[in-house]
Amino acid sequence: MSAVESAEHRVWAVLEQVPDPEIPVLSVVDLGIARAVRVDEQGVEVTITPTYSGCPAMHAIEQEIRSALAGAGLAPVRVRTVLDPAWSTDWMSESGKRKLAEYGIAPPGPASCAGTAPLQWRVRCPRCGSLATRLLSEFGSTACKALYQCRECLEPFDYFKPL
Amino acid sequence: MTPGDAAVPTTLSLQQALFEYALRLGDTSLILSHRLSEWCSHAPELEEEVALMNIALDLIGQARALLTYAGEVEDKGRDEDALAYHRDERDWRNLLLVEQPNGDFAQTMARQFLYDAFAVEFYGALRQSRDERLAAIAAKALKEVSYHLRHSSQWVLRLGDGTDESHRRMQHGIDELWQYTGELFRMDEVDRMLIAAGIAVDLEALRPAWNARVGDVLSEATLIRPADAWMQDGGKLKGLHSEHLGRLLAEMQFVQRAYPGLRW
Repeated sequence: MSAVESAEHRVWAVLEQVPDPEIPVLSVVDLGIARAVRVDEQGVEVTITPTYSGCPAMHAIEQEIRSALAGAGLAPVRVRTVLDPAWSTDWMSESGKRKLAEYGIAPPGPASCAGTAPLQWRVRCPRCGSLATRLLSEFGSTACKALYQCRECLEPFDYFKPL
Repeated sequence: MTPGDAAVPTTLSLQQALFEYALRLGDTSLILSHRLSEWCSHAPELEEEVALMNIALDLIGQARALLTYAGEVEDKGRDEDALAYHRDERDWRNLLLVEQPNGDFAQTMARQFLYDAFAVEFYGALRQSRDERLAAIAAKALKEVSYHLRHSSQWVLRLGDGTDESHRRMQHGIDELWQYTGELFRMDEVDRMLIAAGIAVDLEALRPAWNARVGDVLSEATLIRPADAWMQDGGKLKGLHSEHLGRLLAEMQFVQRAYPGLRW
């Protein structure tokens, strides 16, 4: 492994410890927000992409990335925000989906379920595991979630919407 | 596009046209976002309030990307905030539809539905733009407005095919706003120049899909599609607005006008 590769490896390891401010059980890597890392003579460049256009956490995420990398002695840091390609829940890691369910948020179905067609994907209750669930509202506590309720255990829960 | 428009001599540069184009899109998103935000703490139920604020947030995100780009294209040092807070009414290029007051909840949903049905077609087409920034913004926006359309369609169905009272209110909302739907498809030399460059969307080509979607939902909702009579015009292309925009701007811009450059 070259020096650059090893430095990039270290950057990714740090990013894996940077939590999303709204869903702290997931890191910015789990969520697929951190897209690319480049290490060159000018320092470290991290490319991030927003989940939703209006995601209010982007500024906080950028700050957290900067301070985490600086804390690990990786500086100076440039954070670049790109919109293309548009973020998709399909980029969420499998371990991220598992952590999400353990946290009480139903993980997203495939992105092909998003869009104008009615919700075809059967959402599993993250508490009791039942598939007998119903949509309460298309929009939940953050832009990326919908509100569901389990018909078995009756608990309401968040569903991370496929996008 | 009317035949008379073709006679207007084109003195626009591509840069000016692109600035204007991004501004029209950004202004429409921002004004609709602000209108929705007026429901904060007033929505009929908590879940719906959360939904309206989420939609407003998506729209403000789209507006920020578009106005930032407009400012960069213009290259006169104006950023998204300068464009949002330091322009007077006549300089705004949003659709008249989105500046119309919220009315009751049915009218807000009617407005949202008529716009969402357009936005889904529009951003779907703008993804093919040769302008990479616009194409990227469109790809992102399309995912969001698809959810918005699903939400507003459901409300048009539920209220239209609901009680006599909800049906009457939704029909009233659609009837009131129909006169602003012609402007969705209006174009001028800005559009023509950018269509020729492969950047802009030919709005006329979107009309059949919009008509079909709106017609289907209205008919399923047992609502009557209004006849295409006189259509209001002039907001997007000329900055000639209804009396409602000035009041909206007075509220939205107040802090930055009173304390220019103030930061949180």
